[in-house]
Amino acid sequence: MPSVTNMLRDKNQHGQRRYSAFGLLRKGLSNQPWPRVWREVPLKDSYDVVIIGGGVHGLATAYYLAVNHGITNVAVVDKAYLGSGGSGRNTAIVRSNYLTPEGVAFYDRSLTLYNSMADDLNINVMFSERGHLTLAHNDSSLRTMHWRAEVNKLQDIDSSVIDPAEIKKIVPSLDVTSEARYPILGALYHPPGGIIRHDAVVWGYARAADAYGVEMHQKTEVLDILVEGGEGRDGKGAGGQVTGVMTNRGKISAPIVVNCTAGWASLISDMAGVDLPISTRPLQAAVTEPVKVFLPAVVVSGSLHTYVSQTDRGELVFGAAVDPYNNYSIRGSLEFTEGLAGHVMELMPGISRMKLLRQWAGLCDMTPDYSPIMGATPVEGFLCDVGWGTYGFKAGPVSGEAMAECIATEKMPAIIAAFGLERFAKGDLVGEKGAAAVGH
Amino acid sequence: MLLVPCPNCGPRNSSDLRYVGESHKRPDPATTTPEEWRTYLYMHKNPADWMMETWYCSSGCRRFFTIERHTATSEFRNPPLPGGKRGGRA
Repeated sequence: MPSVTNMLRDKNQHGQRRYSAFGLLRKGLSNQPWPRVWREVPLKDSYDVVIIGGGVHGLATAYYLAVNHGITNVAVVDKAYLGSGGSGRNTAIVRSNYLTPEGVAFYDRSLTLYNSMADDLNINVMFSERGHLTLAHNDSSLRTMHWRAEVNKLQDIDSSVIDPAEIKKIVPSLDVTSEARYPILGALYHPPGGIIRHDAVVWGYARAADAYGVEMHQKTEVLDILVEGGEGRDGKGAGGQVTGVMTNRGKISAPIVVNCTAGWASLISDMAGVDLPISTRPLQAAVTEPVKVFLPAVVVSGSLHTYVSQTDRGELVFGAAVDPYNNYSIRGSLEFTEGLAGHVMELMPGISRMKLLRQWAGLCDMTPDYSPIMGATPVEGFLCDVGWGTYGFKAGPVSGEAMAECIATEKMPAIIAAFGLERFAKGDLVGEKGAAAVGH
Repeated sequence: MLLVPCPNCGPRNSSDLRYVGESHKRPDPATTTPEEWRTYLYMHKNPADWMMETWYCSSGCRRFFTIERHTATSEFRNPPLPGGKRGGRA
């Protein structure tokens, strides 16, 4: 909880004006323009760390590098605008009811950071802890729900299996009758799960990192990664050392380059001569017209490949599973929107007259074990925080914290030790597919 | 919907087929090392460019075939080749 003196302070320790209700009132009465959220400064020709990708992962890494480790000579470069990729395209769901003990600990830390984020970053992230229901439509998924609930309870995560009558009490609009095409047999109920304003998370990290002197450079596309002494083409690849990046705005020297991109992760890593086991696929989502609030929780159905939540404005946000073949296009396709709408109507027949406002797609980097690739690569100084598939947003804060520690200490923190790139050569994969493949 | 040109059935909706992935040769299980085997299993090419891919016509002729597709535009080029290399099935 913020202290009263903290709430009344007008500026933070960096001289940046704090956001507050009083500030909002003052601005409302004075009609003065708001200051820029982060500075726009000229691009320098060298930094201690260059982070590629200005999304939640890249910005959180920069923020925790500055706050926890005092490393502030950092540039975050993005080829478009901050939050233009997966960070602005996800369905903003956060939860920690995973299947493996490692996964549960990891996402629970992320949820803790999301919980205190509004206070830590002094920005309203509109975190709504509204509860998260994962529906089971058959015996095998109900069995997995029980398994997940027990793993969660052992680690003090609020998570339990509930029956259709209890589901109906929480979400009255769901069809829980046995006449449904896919009858609902039960659900994994996770009260700490919820939704959050994903843009505010991006802007909050950017603003907080900016206060520490981190630079954000938008419209700065990395064209090549400069590596010396490697055994591959042009001195790249294993055994090499990163010396910087070539961008569309000139060369930047840096001993450490971090790949925090999604969608383009394998193309960026290829610039350093590092191969990643990634296939890029779009994930499509859609949003309806706004209506009165009737859906009090996040509803997920693995069997129907869909998840639904209602925003504070009243729109329903739907998400689907990833497309069935590799694709770098984010145009989306009609058959997916149609299938998605059909699946949501299976769950809630009452919404059949609602109109879809728009649909979009975001690129997901899928790995063979539905777990990310984090930490060092065979190229010295080139680090990865990629392969986040369909669950990158909810992991943003903890990944930033862990990657910052990894960069500052040059050691893999225990919380991400299982996610190293070398696991694929060793055959030591992570078994999180059951809870990460579809369900959000 | 993406129309995939099957060499036996002609153009078919992509929902009638199963995407297998990058078309590459399976190493001989009798002589390969575990590292080579894992490279074959996990390390696939992921270009935003033309790629040779294997598809399985699961609702049609139930045969594998190989075709070149652009992964950013989903255009196909060159006629499909019957038989996918992956898994050694034809």
